[in-house]
Amino acid sequence: MLRYALKRLISLALSLAVASVVIFAVIEVAPGDPASFMLGVNAQPETLAALRAELGLDVSRPQRYLNWVSGMLAGDFGTSYTYRTPVAQMVADRLWVSLPLALYALTLSTLIAFPVGIYAAARRGKPGDLAVMGATQLGIAVPNFWFAMMLVLIFAINLRWFNAGGFAGWDNGLWAGLHSLTLPAIALALPQAAILARVMRSALLDILGEDFMRTARAKGLSRRQALWRHGVRNALIPVLTIIGLQFSFLLAGSIIIEQVFYLPGLGRLVFQAISARDLIVVESVVMLLVFAVITVNFLVDLAYAAVDPRLRSRT
Amino acid sequence: MTKPFFRTFAGAMALGVGLLASQAMARSDITIAMQLEPPHLDPTSAAAQAIDSVVYTNVFEGLTRFMGDGSVVPGLAESWEISEDGTVYTFTLHDGVTFHDGTTMDAEDVKFSLDRATAEDSANAQKALFAGIESVEVVDPLTVRITLAEPNGNFLFNLAWGDAVIVAPESIEGIKTNPVGTGAYKFAEWVQGDRITLERNPDYWGDQPALEQATFKFISDPTAAFAAMMAEDVDVFDNFPAPENLPQFEADPRFQVLVGSTEGETILATNNKKPPFDDVRVRQALAHAIDRQAIIDGAMFGYGTPIGTHFAPHNPAYVDLTGLSAHDPDKARALLAEAGFADGFETTLHLPPPSYARRGGEIVAAQLAEVGIKAEIINVEWAQWLETVFKGKNFALTIVSHTEPMDIGIYARPDYYFQYDNPDFQALMATLNATTDPDERTRLLGEAQRMIAEDYVNGYLFQLAKLGVAKAGVQGLWENAPTAAIDLTAISWAD
Repeated sequence: MLRYALKRLISLALSLAVASVVIFAVIEVAPGDPASFMLGVNAQPETLAALRAELGLDVSRPQRYLNWVSGMLAGDFGTSYTYRTPVAQMVADRLWVSLPLALYALTLSTLIAFPVGIYAAARRGKPGDLAVMGATQLGIAVPNFWFAMMLVLIFAINLRWFNAGGFAGWDNGLWAGLHSLTLPAIALALPQAAILARVMRSALLDILGEDFMRTARAKGLSRRQALWRHGVRNALIPVLTIIGLQFSFLLAGSIIIEQVFYLPGLGRLVFQAISARDLIVVESVVMLLVFAVITVNFLVDLAYAAVDPRLRSRT
Repeated sequence: MTKPFFRTFAGAMALGVGLLASQAMARSDITIAMQLEPPHLDPTSAAAQAIDSVVYTNVFEGLTRFMGDGSVVPGLAESWEISEDGTVYTFTLHDGVTFHDGTTMDAEDVKFSLDRATAEDSANAQKALFAGIESVEVVDPLTVRITLAEPNGNFLFNLAWGDAVIVAPESIEGIKTNPVGTGAYKFAEWVQGDRITLERNPDYWGDQPALEQATFKFISDPTAAFAAMMAEDVDVFDNFPAPENLPQFEADPRFQVLVGSTEGETILATNNKKPPFDDVRVRQALAHAIDRQAIIDGAMFGYGTPIGTHFAPHNPAYVDLTGLSAHDPDKARALLAEAGFADGFETTLHLPPPSYARRGGEIVAAQLAEVGIKAEIINVEWAQWLETVFKGKNFALTIVSHTEPMDIGIYARPDYYFQYDNPDFQALMATLNATTDPDERTRLLGEAQRMIAEDYVNGYLFQLAKLGVAKAGVQGLWENAPTAAIDLTAISWAD
């Protein structure tokens, strides 16, 4: 188990190093000078030069890359060009929106997907299964921002149960915070739930055909007992993989949903930073997201090993 | 049993009365949405209009200020005298003005602010506004004398810009996140990415405004903007981004729609040095190929005023020259043939992100194709536009709105991105700057408008409209936008 974990850890570090080079290169290659963006069309050349020096943009690119990476290793993610506040602090503030939103959405999607997937697998080929398959197909096909707009139209504009967007802040209590994250979480969760339910169903169907399931029935378990005790547990591995991927997606991929609901989250921060050429923010946030995704994958790998003893002995 | 019941009943009554009372009184807070969030809150070191929208006249004030109708009136300066030769301005400041941190605003602060803007390492985005200042002297605590190198008829106008507000040396360090000014509103809170809150300043030197508190929210997505307004989450949307939805608000008695004008001349900017656009006949052909009304209807849903030169139609000195470039494809083809392009030619059209450019660009390209000019559309982000088009001058055509007020002077700069180099025009601008007589200035401005229209420097499309949506009870909102500002001191709720 230890050797397995160590191997995964080394590949994690390597992925991060490669990612940092790629991110820096891609973002720096795009044309556009942050200083001239900030000062607009009437700025004088000497004003631009002064600002570039102030932002540390007057050194060479390799030097900037080294400064950036060594800063990050020391826990310093730099200072935003436009906001002039430390990136680490901005990210921490935004995480208080994005992380709960991702967890909320993931919880919803799991709560929906598990029963639906199991129900469909248990009723394979029957009308219930067909209905689930149809509904989940639709759920995958429809983009989440469209769901978001429909939710706003119905629950915010017509019924007035929720605000159309914005975040109430955790200072106003857990309920106020959750309330303002509910519509975005549902919009994020529905397409994910559709995917997860299908994975759950097909994983279970694979397991149901296994010999040990027949053995379980033969030793006297009812269909239902066999399904729950032996089927669901064994179907968890592919489902865990998908949940891990979905968490990364929800954390990093809620940019559009955060725009639609104007939530002050990470996605919106990146979006604003890209259009303002706030390179340091884009680089650092993308790097953090890569770190989060890689770490989640690492944890999922470890979770496999915990769930499936075969993986431990093999490596 | 009766007692608790009575108590509950009395409590309910009191609550009811309280609700009635608060309903009878006009609201004293407001939530205003805007599309972009300010990067920081220092109006003297960035070009972002969002900064001015939040702080101009609310938190920071200058010696002079703009009113909603575009006029320039006294601000922190109570009065001023101008010397015979027009080079020495002596300002008398209001007495008893303090900054929000309690320090006094006096002539030293004015000197500090202007010296800071003109300094070598100044980060002021509009440094040209202060270019003529030779010296700023403190005569006494309430008197400042500013000496100019040469007369500048625009000087009082220049001082009204958000880039010329008065700041204090005591609080300049933290100005970007904790702005301290002299205005009627104090900065209270900024939750980055979400909102900025301002609170009424009880020690304000002028009249106390009606609103106690204002919250600015940032909603960039047009669909989200529509939803937030419809759900009544916000009271006002400054510069509503979805003109296609305005009829819905107009039909709804809960809302009012304000259609005004901005200082944004939207033009088909043309690289005057790049062949074939160095030939005036080709530029004239461009002008006649374009159908302005079709662009306004198609890209802006009918909002916008056609212009025939680089000047705001709501300005008293405006001359209507749209007739010089009336839509006439036959004439355009004839002019092209005369210039040696009977079969047309191929060119490029750079489009920055705003919808006036992206939507307008499609229509312009189609109209140009009609007379044989094939314009390849290149969509760019703002940073890229600044780099390649504005700084690099590496473009043929682009669509952009010039939002600075009274910016016809850019045509006197031969190195400006559209590269119009006409000594006559440069001389005309020099004369204008040295003229302070209003009638003479109007005449010179008219001449300048005509000169660039007859040289067909750029394709003049339309004046960008300001589209505001607000709840029905909000009054005092600026209809036009002589500068980027949301003047809270004028806003109140109807009873």
